[in-house]
Amino acid sequence: MAQTQDIELVVNGETIQASVPVRTNLVDFLRDHVGLTGSHVGCEQGVCGACTLEVDGVAVRGCLMLAVQANGSQVTTIEGVSAKLVGRQLQRAFVEHNALQCGFCTPGMIASSIEYIEQGGASDRAAIREHLSGNYCRCTGYQSIVDAVVSVIDKGAAA
Amino acid sequence: MSGPLHKFDQPNSYIGRSVERPDASRLVEGEGCYVDDLQLPRMTHAAFVRSQYAHANIKSVNVDAARALAGVVAVFTAGEINAEVSPYVGTLTHLQGLRSPPQLPMADRVALWQGEPIVMVVAQSRAVAEDACEQVRVEYEPLDAMVSARQALDNDKARIHPELDSNTAWVKDVDAGDVSAAFSKSDVTVVERTFQFGRHTGVTVEPRSTVVEFNRSDNTLVFHYSGQAPHMMQAIIARHLDFPEENIRVIARDVGGSFGIKIHTYGDEIATAVAAKLLRRPVKFIADRLESFTTDIHARDHRIDGKIGIDREGKIVALEIDDLTGIGPYSMYPRTSAIECNQILNLTGAPYDIENYRARGTVVFQNKNMMCQYRAVGHPVAMAVCDSLLEEAASEIDMDVVEIRRRNLISDDAYPCTSASGMKFADLSHQKSLQRLVEMMRYDQLRKDQVELRKAGIYRGIGLVSMVEVTNPSPMFYGVGGAPISAQDGATVRLDAAGALHVSCSITESGQGTNTILAQIAAEVFGVDIKRVKVTTGDTAHVPYGGGTWASRGAGIGGESVLLASDALKSQVLEVAASILQTTPDTLQIERGVVVSSADGSEKISLDELGRIVYYRGNELPAGVNAELIATRHYKVSDFPFVFTNGAMAAQVEVDIETGFIKVLDFWVVEDCGRVINPKLVDEQIRGGVVQGIGGALYEECLYDDDGQYLNATMADYLVPMAGEMPDIHIEHVETPTSTSTLGAKGAGEAGTGGAPAAILNAVNDALRPLEASIFQMPMTPERVLNALRVS
Repeated sequence: MAQTQDIELVVNGETIQASVPVRTNLVDFLRDHVGLTGSHVGCEQGVCGACTLEVDGVAVRGCLMLAVQANGSQVTTIEGVSAKLVGRQLQRAFVEHNALQCGFCTPGMIASSIEYIEQGGASDRAAIREHLSGNYCRCTGYQSIVDAVVSVIDKGAAA
Repeated sequence: MSGPLHKFDQPNSYIGRSVERPDASRLVEGEGCYVDDLQLPRMTHAAFVRSQYAHANIKSVNVDAARALAGVVAVFTAGEINAEVSPYVGTLTHLQGLRSPPQLPMADRVALWQGEPIVMVVAQSRAVAEDACEQVRVEYEPLDAMVSARQALDNDKARIHPELDSNTAWVKDVDAGDVSAAFSKSDVTVVERTFQFGRHTGVTVEPRSTVVEFNRSDNTLVFHYSGQAPHMMQAIIARHLDFPEENIRVIARDVGGSFGIKIHTYGDEIATAVAAKLLRRPVKFIADRLESFTTDIHARDHRIDGKIGIDREGKIVALEIDDLTGIGPYSMYPRTSAIECNQILNLTGAPYDIENYRARGTVVFQNKNMMCQYRAVGHPVAMAVCDSLLEEAASEIDMDVVEIRRRNLISDDAYPCTSASGMKFADLSHQKSLQRLVEMMRYDQLRKDQVELRKAGIYRGIGLVSMVEVTNPSPMFYGVGGAPISAQDGATVRLDAAGALHVSCSITESGQGTNTILAQIAAEVFGVDIKRVKVTTGDTAHVPYGGGTWASRGAGIGGESVLLASDALKSQVLEVAASILQTTPDTLQIERGVVVSSADGSEKISLDELGRIVYYRGNELPAGVNAELIATRHYKVSDFPFVFTNGAMAAQVEVDIETGFIKVLDFWVVEDCGRVINPKLVDEQIRGGVVQGIGGALYEECLYDDDGQYLNATMADYLVPMAGEMPDIHIEHVETPTSTSTLGAKGAGEAGTGGAPAAILNAVNDALRPLEASIFQMPMTPERVLNALRVS
């Protein structure tokens, strides 16, 4: 239990050094040790998508990756997505379209939406719905989230 | 009616405008503060050992190894926690005859459902607490489990509570008119069906979450709560942990979904408060997903025999239902587990003009997790039963389903009126809403397309529902029965020295946009820019006393209290302004933060200047002027037990008869929730509600085996609607403001969940009808659809 390992990673542009228990997953590390509570824990088994965040340019489940596996990585959480234009555009679009109610799934939804747009995803409602089907939302019924993503793509997300 | 009339319908009014939510901006930045985000000095973390069996004697519990583990702060047995708590009983006096034994937070000698807490571990981290739980040894003697409601009802000898003479908790009968005579008339077509509604649950993405702090010096307890009714929790903790009520502070910051799940008394949360008190340090308990599925309240679980009689003109002559429902081993405290059955008896057939109505409800105990109020309590069952029977009957006499509704829906000019079950209705618009729905969905064209597609082997179905929703409850809902649940809400509105408005209100926000609509109302009624309105909710130390947000009461009751307080404050401010300006209040108005002449609109004094005079330079005020820049008002519904809304909905589905899969192609809603304060927020409430309703109709079910073992307690196994399966949902409104308030707002939060299952059920059966197959069980899984097709 007490076994720990030293790690160094860059989170939202800031270098973090820590000694972490090897069993600690990435999202718990970010929330409890780094103090970035924007990523949320909904199921701890990779299904709900609330803890989705970006590690080295790839959207991952923060609960399915150990903190030690992120050693040497670049991590972006919801607190850091506004550094990118597409992140800012999505944040604005989510507010404009009321694409969130309780907001608990939102950080993961935005991470998955960024992934979709950065992969060159089309402004196609069915394709967006398909891509976001790894993220639970119990409040909105999803339509407004699709509206928000469509609006960002249609406006032309700058690189 | 109270207060003056307001010009809500002017083009520049904040009321009726889709104002953006200030809370949303915060949440998209990751700046929310949910309970699990709290990190307090010396905070500890709780985990629970829970019963592996649905019914077992607990022969022994050994916690020695757990106590010895490094990082463990304390291990509490059920006896140690329960000793600090006075028992609670989930009954209400107005639900006459309802019984439930006294309940305590944890299982000491007998466990009555799988998941009931037995041992609590408190440690320096949740991980260590879970390690220690694994070291606890519990010796069980398994007992027979009564799992299905039918089994529990029929098996009088195997009693869940030996001190009771049966497993029955409550029976209620309704008998209006002469049902038997109506059914026996020669020109009446009688249709009978049996409906089954599986258990499902809320699956809030944020699990139940609690942090409790105890301060010994002043004997106060702070309960950080992810829930909807802070004052109710305050009263419950005070009563059962023996604190003065004023020493309990309940704080609900951001709440990650609630839907009625987080408004009940859970043993693990009460135990968390006890542990904080015993340890004199903060204790955090966050349910994991397994705990959520096995211990968050479940809902539905009804088996209903339904019978409808219609005459040759399609007029309903009689309706009869017999509901059997299982609620788990206790009636949940303090709202009880009989309310859903009661709602079903009250609401079945409520949209229609029915003279002869008979209903029986039987509520039984069983060895399953407890059942209680989840979004749209009883509505989806009541609407599905009546509207399915109606469409089946229409088919029998070869009448169109829209036409049969037109002939039976209560006429829009018939209000106020009372239903056969005693519900008082006013200001509804069933006929107009149905007409609007038919036009919006292009009903006639869809029917033509359906015929063509069937020729090509494509089985599409169209299903409708006309529905009512119980909103804005009066004290007749809970308070009259003795529960510490307030039906009134309060609002305080104050003007600060900078001319900004501060609103605090006893309703709560869990994503609906409550705080936004309160700001809209205050800004409009008082006369400031909405950016200058700050809203506080969810803290018993800072808001007036009130019920919170449930039963779609936030806008209608909380909103009205803000309207009244804003109006009162406006009068007070105008009095002060008049004294400063040496004129009379009736010559002045407040517009966009400035006191202006009501005659010509010329600016007289800005609110920030007025604030500075009152607060800093009171010496400039004329003698005798009492400048109170704060007003509090409370509001409750008094003329009616509830304020009903109505709606009409329709679904179009396609059934794959090879696989049994159902695709929802389209969904339409016409909703009449009275005055719409923020159209976008209302539409999103309805859409989210519809999707939860579709979940109940097609996917969601808490599955137990014959021993009461929960089979699908993971998010991967318990299916909820995901983005890829859901259609876009089209919404229109009819606005018939309620005459019970100035604002005229009714609730809208539950309509979608209440109505959608009926529309989906009817659409599926419409699709299956040419194959002479039918299904009356929810969720309508592919397997059940295929079985229905095989039977045919």
